[in-house]
Amino acid sequence: MSKQRTTQPITTGTSVIGLVYDGGVMIAADTLLSYGSMAKSFNTPRLYNIEDRILLGASGEYSDLQEIVAKVKALALQETTNSMESIYVDRKLPAKSLWNYLRAVMYQKRSKMNPYWNDVVVAGWDDQADKPFLGTVDKLGTTLQENLVATGFGGYLAMPLLREKWRNDLSEGEARALLEDAMKVLFYRDCRASARIQLAKCTSDGCIVSEPYELDHSNGWNAPSMIRAAGDLDGDGGW
Amino acid sequence: MSELTRNIDIGAPAPSGFSFENTLRNQYMLSMKGSDTLPTPKKTGTTIVGLVYKDGVVLGADTRATSGSEVAEKNCEKIHYLAPNMYCCGAGTAADTEMITQLISSQLELLRMNTHSTSRVVTACTLLKRRLFQYQGHISAALVLGGCDINGPAVYQIHPHGSTAKLSYTTMGSGSLAAMAVFESSWREDLEEAEAVKLVQRAICAGIFNDLGSGSNCDVCIIRKDQSVDHRRNEVKPNEVGPLREKVHHSSLLTMTPGITPTLGNPVVRSHPTQPIGIGLADVEVTAMEVEAS
Repeated sequence: MSKQRTTQPITTGTSVIGLVYDGGVMIAADTLLSYGSMAKSFNTPRLYNIEDRILLGASGEYSDLQEIVAKVKALALQETTNSMESIYVDRKLPAKSLWNYLRAVMYQKRSKMNPYWNDVVVAGWDDQADKPFLGTVDKLGTTLQENLVATGFGGYLAMPLLREKWRNDLSEGEARALLEDAMKVLFYRDCRASARIQLAKCTSDGCIVSEPYELDHSNGWNAPSMIRAAGDLDGDGGW
Repeated sequence: MSELTRNIDIGAPAPSGFSFENTLRNQYMLSMKGSDTLPTPKKTGTTIVGLVYKDGVVLGADTRATSGSEVAEKNCEKIHYLAPNMYCCGAGTAADTEMITQLISSQLELLRMNTHSTSRVVTACTLLKRRLFQYQGHISAALVLGGCDINGPAVYQIHPHGSTAKLSYTTMGSGSLAAMAVFESSWREDLEEAEAVKLVQRAICAGIFNDLGSGSNCDVCIIRKDQSVDHRRNEVKPNEVGPLREKVHHSSLLTMTPGITPTLGNPVVRSHPTQPIGIGLADVEVTAMEVEAS
């Protein structure tokens, strides 16, 4: 049997977006699982809490994300229980180390022309620097550490909004409002996005991943000019 | 390969309209390399927007014209005049947007002379879409048409293949996603003029700063229901490079003012553009040209 390689993603998740705020880092993603143009599942979470310290999320091929998370969870558990130091020191895997580990994994897979077809977002609290950490690794093994991240369509639709509104002293409430606004715009303009989203935050006290919930889009399509029939004879006939 | 070449008869008049000769070449390219897609045409960069507000429409555009990855023009005008009550923003091939808006503008003027009434936005939309559909997308013009007429304010988006949509707010061009993100976040029905202009500026600036195909300044055009027009060229200039250039220190050795070089005398006769130097045709001896090697 000949070796097979990933050539295109089949079952996919769309954008993951994130930002650093005053006191932590917050990321968001919707919970729609797409199978090409079919909506396969409306309630598949794509944000994971690793050892209550690191947040992991990814867009792209869902099976590759599941594989990455399984490997990462095993690695993190190993660090805290099996490593030589763990009997002396309460050692926890730092987010930055995980980010670099994923870089190595993704680059090696890509070099063998068989990538994990994902854009991964890694977030956590950097204890050494005592600040939040937010970074990405893409399917080629490219890493970026930024205050604002967005994968996939998010780069085109969410990033302009995040860049316009972001300040380095955002409160948690402002950060959440900004992410929710961006997720709503993604729901309006990304064909593979849904209004059911998941939020996750990480502070020096630990990580928390929310349960999926629906964004309020009740005012999305009810502007009078949108409801009015454009083709009426008392108008200009529309298009 | 004979079907790819054609004997060009130099004496015959040039064929009118579009030449579709390259379709043969494209077919050949498809069959040649074994690849099933042709090289994709480059999208020319632009961010153009239009929205309807309480008292009319506001159009906006960036001012960068690109030729591949190079900035061909830093401050071009993308908001084209169509009629006293109608303007059209254009994205895509610059020549196509310029010529098609000029063509439809003159057609509208002739129609105004014939009908003795102000042009309607839907008329311009229909004229544009019929022309674009006729050329099957080969005229690469993506337009945002806006104006006010007897039926009220209207904004239309027109695609290169000839499809149109009448909307309350729209964006086109490579920066359209960045601009649309701003609109989807902040647009509401019946904005006041100041808010509408601010929203358009924010949308264009989102395109300027987040899309590499858009840049430089933001032009705004307000067309009100009372038929007054406010065409604000370079309303926002967030990329002023003047102060930066001033900061660059040029050595005084490199700035030359006239007279800096000492001269012995001034024998040069300075000629005025409209006055001849003093040599006339009569002064020149005319001899036949040598056409054969002697």
